[in-house]
Amino acid sequence: MTTTAPTLVEFDDVLTRWEPVIGLETHVELGTASKMFCGCSTTFGAEPNTQTCPVCLGLPGSLPVANAAAVESTIRIGLALGCRIAPWSRFARKNYFYPDIPKGFQTSQYDEPLCVDGHLDVEVDGETYRVEIERVHLEEDTGKNLHVGGATGRIHGADHSLVDFNRAGIPLVEIVTRPVAGAGARAPEVARAYVTELREIIQALGASDVRMEQGSLRCDVNLSLAPAGSGAWGTRTETKNVNSLRSVERAVRHEMRRQAAVLDAGGRIVQETRHFHEDTGSTSPGRSKEEATDYRYFPEPDLVPLAPDAEWIEKLAADL
Amino acid sequence: MSELTTLTAVELQAALAAGETSSVEVTRAHLDRIAAEDGALGAYLHVDGDAALARAAEIDAGGAAGTGLAGIPVALKDVFVTEGVPTTSGSRILEGWRPPYSATVASRLADAGTVMLGKTNMDEFAMGSSTENSAYAPTRNPWDRDRIPGGSSGGSSTAVAGHLAPFALGTDTGGSIRQPAALTGLVGHKPTYGSVSRYGLIAFSSSLDQAGPMARTVLDAALLHEAIGGHDPRDSTSIDAPVPAVVEAARRGADGDLAGLRVGVVRELGGDGAREGYEQGVLDRFTEAVALLEAAGAQVREVSCPSFGLALPAYYLIAPSEASSNLARFEGMRFGIRVGDDGGRDVDEVMALTREQGFGPEVKRRIILGTYALSAGYYDAYYGQAQKVRTLVGRDFGAAFDGGLDVLVSPTSPTVAWPIGARVDDPLAMYAADLCTLPASLAGVPAISVPCGLSEGLPVGLQVMAPALADDRCYRVAAAVEAALGAPLTDQLVERAA
Repeated sequence: MTTTAPTLVEFDDVLTRWEPVIGLETHVELGTASKMFCGCSTTFGAEPNTQTCPVCLGLPGSLPVANAAAVESTIRIGLALGCRIAPWSRFARKNYFYPDIPKGFQTSQYDEPLCVDGHLDVEVDGETYRVEIERVHLEEDTGKNLHVGGATGRIHGADHSLVDFNRAGIPLVEIVTRPVAGAGARAPEVARAYVTELREIIQALGASDVRMEQGSLRCDVNLSLAPAGSGAWGTRTETKNVNSLRSVERAVRHEMRRQAAVLDAGGRIVQETRHFHEDTGSTSPGRSKEEATDYRYFPEPDLVPLAPDAEWIEKLAADL
Repeated sequence: MSELTTLTAVELQAALAAGETSSVEVTRAHLDRIAAEDGALGAYLHVDGDAALARAAEIDAGGAAGTGLAGIPVALKDVFVTEGVPTTSGSRILEGWRPPYSATVASRLADAGTVMLGKTNMDEFAMGSSTENSAYAPTRNPWDRDRIPGGSSGGSSTAVAGHLAPFALGTDTGGSIRQPAALTGLVGHKPTYGSVSRYGLIAFSSSLDQAGPMARTVLDAALLHEAIGGHDPRDSTSIDAPVPAVVEAARRGADGDLAGLRVGVVRELGGDGAREGYEQGVLDRFTEAVALLEAAGAQVREVSCPSFGLALPAYYLIAPSEASSNLARFEGMRFGIRVGDDGGRDVDEVMALTREQGFGPEVKRRIILGTYALSAGYYDAYYGQAQKVRTLVGRDFGAAFDGGLDVLVSPTSPTVAWPIGARVDDPLAMYAADLCTLPASLAGVPAISVPCGLSEGLPVGLQVMAPALADDRCYRVAAAVEAALGAPLTDQLVERAA
């Protein structure tokens, strides 16, 4: 990794040449009593690997059973965001290898999510910005890695890693926005306002304690720049490890300035995942997404499709 | 051999109930025979004689022996997790693993008071039709020890046919209960998909796997089926319906009266224009079995199920695809063997080395095939297309049954048991063993194999398929065939041994 400080363009200068487009992917750990596919407790802070069972450990022969309360919470979140609830949806397997996903796949949703096409209006400096929400779906969380021996606690330089599966299988709701254009200079604040508003709604619903510092609300910030007035789309980066509302704003601001510098110099933006550094407010490259991982999604054969009763959904909507 | 090992489960039940023998005696007789014969036959991967005898003693002491299945020994295919008891699924990658929990079907059998003799050999991860893909050793057919017993439940079938257990559990994904049953002269049933719990069944292909009974008689199979079947809340694909009345159907069928039963002979499975790969002896026994059904009062006619000819390619896309995902968990991080972790390698390398050394060639072949079929750009053409064919297979069954047929019949296997080693170098020839059994697997309908005679001294099986949840029809027809043929085929193995 290079340690030279990145070139940054002055923020106001960025906007004379570039238009930012933001996107946000938010993961919310639901506050259900038990995990998404088994009866294990979800209490935060327990001794490692004490809240596990054959199912959330992915032991051979284990099978998932969907948590009905989690499905209900997801529908309520979708309704609160003005989504249409799919009359029929399925879980899907997202296949990849990593030590913190016990089954070698994450049970999630792919092309048949539970909630679609919602929106959230946020106000910044008296102006209203509409953030369109593409989908809200339900999946399970991974275990947690502890990298030991390196200077930063990250995997780089670590000697070995420990995995805690207490978190594996906790229900996770993923909320994905459509690209938000037209925020201009307020893009950082719009991003922050969206996450703030979203957080308040979910908290009001009682669906999650949404503590960013504990990881029950996680935010990935996408940003691309397009030449001002072009109407074209730029290449976006995705920034993870954004652990506070303030960091959301800072991450957007930093990426705008960094990408502008690259583009001004005639370079191109690499489509990649970046890591946000709380201390410096900067981002650094993580793994490259040039070759996007092929997750080989297919419908989860161990679970039956979700077909929530229309009357029940109406009642949930009325009770919001 | 001891007389106790020649008895059926029903006969053992009566003897135990009458106090003529004890569970300990019955168990010991089987353990003795295993000790004497299994070295040559290779049916078992793990036998725990002390635990079995202790369990038998417990049953005897409690006075339960002879009530239901209490006190009767049983063997379990090593694909079922059994708490504290080594479980390998026929693979090196699980060598030494002792599961911390038991499969639902294993628990139900334990609760019923059966005595588990041990875990039986199988093709690795249930992938195979001969049990030669076991990472441990091949299993031999008791009818001819130079021949395969079929697969993937070859260990269970040899155990039962070889009188090393009265009955056993197997699993069937593409034919792995029915085909070895046919090749060893047993009754083997693949229940309606979803009617027997998969919790604790090490998954090969989730939408196809089913646990089921293997026994020397139809009634024994029905009793075992009844003990393991029924809804399980731990399995989301488990049907919430009562176990079909299989025991009653088996008893009723034994009176040999099939008047009013409408039987369809599937043309695409060994009929006109679809005989390639089928041995004449098998076709002859099948024709005779159909004549038997007619003599018992059934109305028989031919039926065409055009999509059945596509069942094989569809299955060999769907099953490997699901397997490529189900087997991803075997990477050495939490259980099983771990290879290459010497402190100088990263996790990707250790995972790769573990899988490279832990999996056998057929498993690797299917994982690669399945990974490819699911990959970006190919999903629609392969996996997606195969699922569409699967729907067509289901519709053909529906059309046949709605068109005025109660059951469909075919040979279970195109051939009798072949010599060990004859097909190992030709995977496609091996896959062809499943031609007859695959359609019922894809459609999820129940299907039984019942012995219907010998060809060149080797067993031939008749397959009887019924609509979903009509498993009882399979047992009824099988019982009628069994009654017409007289003594169980496997009695001939007893006479030979005497």
